[in-house]
Amino acid sequence: MGWNRKVLRVNLTAGTCTPEPLNMEWANDYLGSRGLASKYLVSEIDPKVDPLSPENKMIMATGPLTGTMASTGGRYTVVTKGALTNAIACSNSGGFFGAEMKFAGWDMIIFEGKSPKPVYLFVENDKAELRDAAHLWGKTCWETEATIKSSHQDPQIRVSSIGGAGENLALFACIVNDLHRAAGRSGVGAVMGSKNLKAVALRGTQGVSGIKDFPAFMAAANAGKKVLADNAVTGQGLPKYGTQVLMNVINEMGALPTRNHRDVQFEDAGKISAEAMHEKRPTDGKAHLVTNAACFGCTIACGRISKIDETHFSVKNSPKYWGASGGLEYEAAWALGAANGVGDLEALQYANLLCNEHGMDPISFGATVGAAMELHDLGILTKEQIGVDAVFGSAEALCKLVEMTAHGEGFGKELGQGSARLCAKYGRPDLSMSVKSQEFPAYDGRGIQGIGLAYATSNRGACHLRGYTIASEVLGIPVKTDPLVTEGKPELVKAFQDATGVFDSAGICVFTSFAWTLADVQPQLQAACEGDWSMDKLNLVGERIWNMERQFNLAAGMTAKDDDLPPRLKTEPAKTGPAKGKVSGVEQMIPEYYKVRGWTPEGVPEQGTLSRLGL
Amino acid sequence: MRVTVKLYATLSDYLPAGSKNNRLEVEVAEGVTVNAVLASFLLPPKLTHLVLLNGVFIPPEARATTSVAEGNIIAVWPPIAGG
Ligand code: SF4
Repeated sequence: MGWNRKVLRVNLTAGTCTPEPLNMEWANDYLGSRGLASKYLVSEIDPKVDPLSPENKMIMATGPLTGTMASTGGRYTVVTKGALTNAIACSNSGGFFGAEMKFAGWDMIIFEGKSPKPVYLFVENDKAELRDAAHLWGKTCWETEATIKSSHQDPQIRVSSIGGAGENLALFACIVNDLHRAAGRSGVGAVMGSKNLKAVALRGTQGVSGIKDFPAFMAAANAGKKVLADNAVTGQGLPKYGTQVLMNVINEMGALPTRNHRDVQFEDAGKISAEAMHEKRPTDGKAHLVTNAACFGCTIACGRISKIDETHFSVKNSPKYWGASGGLEYEAAWALGAANGVGDLEALQYANLLCNEHGMDPISFGATVGAAMELHDLGILTKEQIGVDAVFGSAEALCKLVEMTAHGEGFGKELGQGSARLCAKYGRPDLSMSVKSQEFPAYDGRGIQGIGLAYATSNRGACHLRGYTIASEVLGIPVKTDPLVTEGKPELVKAFQDATGVFDSAGICVFTSFAWTLADVQPQLQAACEGDWSMDKLNLVGERIWNMERQFNLAAGMTAKDDDLPPRLKTEPAKTGPAKGKVSGVEQMIPEYYKVRGWTPEGVPEQGTLSRLGL
Repeated sequence: MRVTVKLYATLSDYLPAGSKNNRLEVEVAEGVTVNAVLASFLLPPKLTHLVLLNGVFIPPEARATTSVAEGNIIAVWPPIAGG
């Protein structure tokens, strides 16, 4: 059956942990993880709720394939109303935490209310209890994980926790599991911090039982693994070079946002690329990259494990950072690097380590630094106000600002509010490169038109993973489309958005979609889960999830005005590269997108669309 | 005329030893095609996946007919992806 059919409801105000049956009618309509947890959320909270109030809820959820033998079946999601965005949030993480939740016998954990004092949730199979976390409050994510494992004398416990950023309610705080995996975006860590919930620690020894047709499932899972292994991208490209290999590609295409999107090509892209991570450093003769790594059950293994240069100014007096650790992935390297004009690979890794250690989303943090650097460049923010000479390209400033933000010190507190609030405060809201207050990822909507539309319409604020049209517009997966044109992009964006909803809700990694289509996932779901999981049904489920999320955002007060890009992308043409002279055509694409979606010109789902989707 | 060839990821093995920054400037005849420029590097066809001419994608079927001009940059990757 894929699901454990069990939900753990944790009322933090009352201090209770109560099991309840999973709503199987909803599971049949929303599959699991992102879709199913979102259904619970929209059914249980007022969309207008303050994300940081006790009335908001936070759900940690797995999908039916989480914990199974399906490749990449280790994902879990955190669903809540986002602190950064005031929109529905769903942040997805790999590592081992999600599978452990399944092994402990649960599909999801719903947190409600607010604990009067810091606590952590400890779950050991059926047993669940809230424990005092006074000794953990103030500790980093890394210290928290180590402390919990040692106090329970069990190194196999899996931990998700917040660091100082979440405790201090930095709006881009994330939730870190397994040291360097994170439910990263939209400020889910701030929601957790607002609830005085420091960590969730899980130990499960029950495995996954109840797969509907086990022989058929193993055959389907193995067939899926063969597709991943035989595919040159998932079988060779991603394990060897990781996501970081895109740095030079996107730079050549003139779509690498640089210095807060002032430029679209970065002169030092090569220095912070995957190729650079493989090169031997002059200082110690070692390459930055140590090895690749995999999340639970993953046969792709795109993860990067690196060792920082011990002689670098950022760490030369801090041996605790000298060991092998996670990073750099493409998004983090871009946000910490090109977005600020910083071409020092070691400085980026230092900032990345601190983001993992203290629980911050490196995309939003890095992009917010870029906005602050532009405010500084324009003379709106002085060196004295910032506390460091934050000129574009300064690795020293980046390293100092990551420390200040992680600890909530001085100007770091203002950075912790994200670029939208920062730029609004200093009278230049137009300089925040964000949608719904969430910072852009690593692609420029002028050089790659479809991704601009995907950012503008993403239900969780600017995001590449809600509709990764880069696959088509850059990599030719499943078919190559021209990145510079707007024609056909509304349909493309919708197709990616709906399919991604299914991948996310199944409990697998969206990176499988470089080799898999829904047709590769379908037999695995059909064999694991009871009920009908035909292609038609899956397509419907993906679209249903998207529209449900949309309705939540509309009820929360968002309108078509929130489906827009900052003026820079629409009025300042790209200066160099193939997109030279081009701006984003988002305004032409939006009406067509609404039409393709079956929404009114105001971006509201039509009655016919809702009834077709059973909403 | 001179054009620049950039070979990335595993393809850097096909650049002459000592090449820096994944690139090499080469002297070619006027009017040669993308394929003709790349031929001298002996790249395995299966690994000649993503080919950009001045940042613009050149589909496999057009590589034998698209000619290059002085100062152009051809960048090539094996099958890769990101996120
Ligand atoms: S492809 Fe990468 S991110 Fe996805 S599950 Fe595998 S290792 Fe984790």
